[in-house]
Amino acid sequence: MSTATTPIEHAVPPQSGPRALIHRLRHGDEVAHLVTLTFAALILLITSLLVFELWMGSAPTRGKFGFTFFWSHVWDPIGGDFGAIPFIYGTLVTSLLALLIAVPLGLAAAVFLAELAPRKMSDTIAFLIDLLAAVPSVIYGLLGIFVVVPLMRTTIGPALKHTLGFLPLFKGPNYGVGFLTASLVLVIMVVPFIISVSREVLLTVPREQREAALGLGATRWEATWKVVVPWARTGIMGSVFLALARALGETMAVTMVIGNDPKIRESLFAPGYTIAAVIANEFNEATSDLHRSALIELGLVLFLITFILNGMARLLMAATERGGGHNG
Amino acid sequence: MSRVKLIWRKSLNVVMLSLTGVAAFGVVAVLFLILGYFIWNGGTSLNLDFFTKLPRPEGEVGGGVANAIVGSLKLLFLAAIIGLPVGLLAGVYLAEFGGKTFSFMIRYTTDLLNGVPSIVIGMFAYSLAVLPVKHYSALAGGAALGLMVVPITVRATEEFLRAIPNSLREAAMALGASKWKTIATVIVPAASGGIITGMLLALARVAGETAPLIFTALGNQYWSPGWGQPISALPLIVYNYAISPYDDWHRQAWASGLVLLSLVLLANVGCRLVIGRKGVRSV
Amino acid sequence: MASAAHERNSAAARLAPQVRSTDSMAAEPQKEARVRFQISELNFYYGAKQAVFGLNLKIPANRITALIGPSGCGKSTFLRNLNRMNETIRGARYTGEILLDGQDIKQMDVVNLRRRVGMVFQRPNPFPKSIYDNVAYGLRINGYKGRLEEHVEHSLRRAALWDEVKDYLHKSAFALSGGQQQRLCIARALAVDPEVLLLDEPCSALDPVTTAKIEELMFHLKDSCTMAIVTHNMQQAARASDFTAFMLDGKLIEHSETSKLFTTPQDPRTEAYITGRFG
Repeated sequence: MSTATTPIEHAVPPQSGPRALIHRLRHGDEVAHLVTLTFAALILLITSLLVFELWMGSAPTRGKFGFTFFWSHVWDPIGGDFGAIPFIYGTLVTSLLALLIAVPLGLAAAVFLAELAPRKMSDTIAFLIDLLAAVPSVIYGLLGIFVVVPLMRTTIGPALKHTLGFLPLFKGPNYGVGFLTASLVLVIMVVPFIISVSREVLLTVPREQREAALGLGATRWEATWKVVVPWARTGIMGSVFLALARALGETMAVTMVIGNDPKIRESLFAPGYTIAAVIANEFNEATSDLHRSALIELGLVLFLITFILNGMARLLMAATERGGGHNG
Repeated sequence: MSRVKLIWRKSLNVVMLSLTGVAAFGVVAVLFLILGYFIWNGGTSLNLDFFTKLPRPEGEVGGGVANAIVGSLKLLFLAAIIGLPVGLLAGVYLAEFGGKTFSFMIRYTTDLLNGVPSIVIGMFAYSLAVLPVKHYSALAGGAALGLMVVPITVRATEEFLRAIPNSLREAAMALGASKWKTIATVIVPAASGGIITGMLLALARVAGETAPLIFTALGNQYWSPGWGQPISALPLIVYNYAISPYDDWHRQAWASGLVLLSLVLLANVGCRLVIGRKGVRSV
Repeated sequence: MASAAHERNSAAARLAPQVRSTDSMAAEPQKEARVRFQISELNFYYGAKQAVFGLNLKIPANRITALIGPSGCGKSTFLRNLNRMNETIRGARYTGEILLDGQDIKQMDVVNLRRRVGMVFQRPNPFPKSIYDNVAYGLRINGYKGRLEEHVEHSLRRAALWDEVKDYLHKSAFALSGGQQQRLCIARALAVDPEVLLLDEPCSALDPVTTAKIEELMFHLKDSCTMAIVTHNMQQAARASDFTAFMLDGKLIEHSETSKLFTTPQDPRTEAYITGRFG
């Protein structure tokens, strides 16, 4: 091993004056700070601009109709009369019906993955389910048109009519498209989110809780349903809100199978319309500024609803992380 | 506890637990069903014509979607150069510089932007980029997609930068590196695997988006020169052809969907294998 | 202890005849060695909490000064002040004066200061880059225009690592063992030719064999470098250092030549600590 027996020349060139360097250094750090801050602020700017544009773009209809926009169910582009009810109705019906099916289904699958499946199987299946979440909406739409619609017309519809046809929900002609079909397509689009989030939340429930229940003589199912799931209920609620927000804003798949009829009908077999679908279909061909403004106002409504839902979901998720969700 | 009650509870246990398994495997089966359907219906159409020819006039059989494939690539390119730098730098700000309240506002707004329905983003891009110039363009479409890329990129960048231990920052600073040099030469390179993966996932996500393109890129039967003309894209093909009355277009919709699905799934599988399940969730 | 020092002296004498033995250095330490760091009335605060109280210390040039004391006595905190690393912590501040070669370090450009005063940390923290790029990092960011390869080799030799890695320079630093990684960090710090090297418990995560290697390379660095080492291992302080400072509860209790402090400590608290009665 060699040792340093002669003084080593300074490898780094001596700094030319401390002041110049201080200035250059400070300058570099501050420039970096400023640049990254500017880009971060850009996000704020763009989002504010988005809200602003939605607000300004909907001004004509807001001015003309005010709040009556929200309880009128006339949608007449030619005559210039617009009302939001059919679309709000359609959006809510399809989304809530989808959740009605997706939540039990998703929760059940999440329970399986978190409680019963061995770790590796659970991870693999969760991975595959995440892939489902990545599938584009228009792909589901295509399947909706060519698989679900015929299925509804030939199999599911008749079966439902046969068994539950006395209910007004299942009366009326069945063309394959409509509220029920759209809801079914939404189910498969929304289930992966519920499974993914619920599974993670369930995995954080402390082992002692399960073990306490089992130690008292509960069956696996009872321990899960009565102890573990309630413990995780805040996080599960969060996942439901996220799923709902996703369903409400879902455009392409729903547009392709909803039937495009802006009417409120009691039958689930009837064609309907959602906010996202009417915007997608009519925006480009809007016949007048008022028409366009009405569509933008609908977009504003959708934005606000999803904004509130996402906010609530985040609050719930933050509460779970803090260890809440088990208020006794 | 009576014997009957016990038997009931035990049976219920078996039934319910089995149902959960059915649910889980059922959902997974759907993934394979979807893939299967697309391969079955679209696989045979994936010939050379499909990839190289332009669409034929409405109702005619044959032709391809070459312009849509190129269009999607052009739009992705635009989305990348518009959205990725913003996402990266904002993420650097949040992880390395941020002040408390301002950072909170940025994160909140980013989450908000992430949750905006894509159709609303489309309307916004329309009012910014189409209305003033009175025509649809690839640029408008790219801008809409770029906007959607930002929140995912910000979250991935911030998350992976924060994961780098402080000891590395200290080591660099002790050698005389200024803050920005530490970030640029040590921290960002160390996190680059995760960040790039996040960016790829963001691009894969917007590659399949249709709604924002309806009012911006619009679609185009022909090649779209430059960036200022309406442009075709694979998702638009799937949508427009699927709702059309022509069988041949239906066939091409399946094929285009297969291409789109394959690319998106491949990107997701690839990226997730690299970074594992921790990290960027699509929620 | 004495025989170990004697052995080391013979080894040193064999390898580097110019280096004087510790015995003769101990004879007139204060007058011979220049003062590198002069710390006067240092009070250090983390926000409202004070961690260092009225510390006065001279760190002589080309010597190894050890800082010992029980956990939490403030020795690491004090050390980190010398290259202003504490500035990265919000709310950290100090009063008093720290002079490097007569210059107040607060007035200096902090980047220049950190090039002149290097640091080795408790846990090895190599960059996720190759061995070569780790050592070259400091040179590159400081704009070194000379022959990088030569300098990288030189630094690795000074850190007693060259022979082990010379054929694997482009391998990742993480392929090295813990002890090798720490020596790599030392090479990295040495690459920018610091006048002072601060070592914050550098061997606490390492095995005795590697520790001995590092102590030996420190001895050979004395010629070109002043060192201050924080250690909770008293045997190490006794073996490896020329001067020792004992700290307790943020105050400097005693500071003298190592042999004097360990054989005839002046303060009863020092004696209590080194005989193992606490800490």
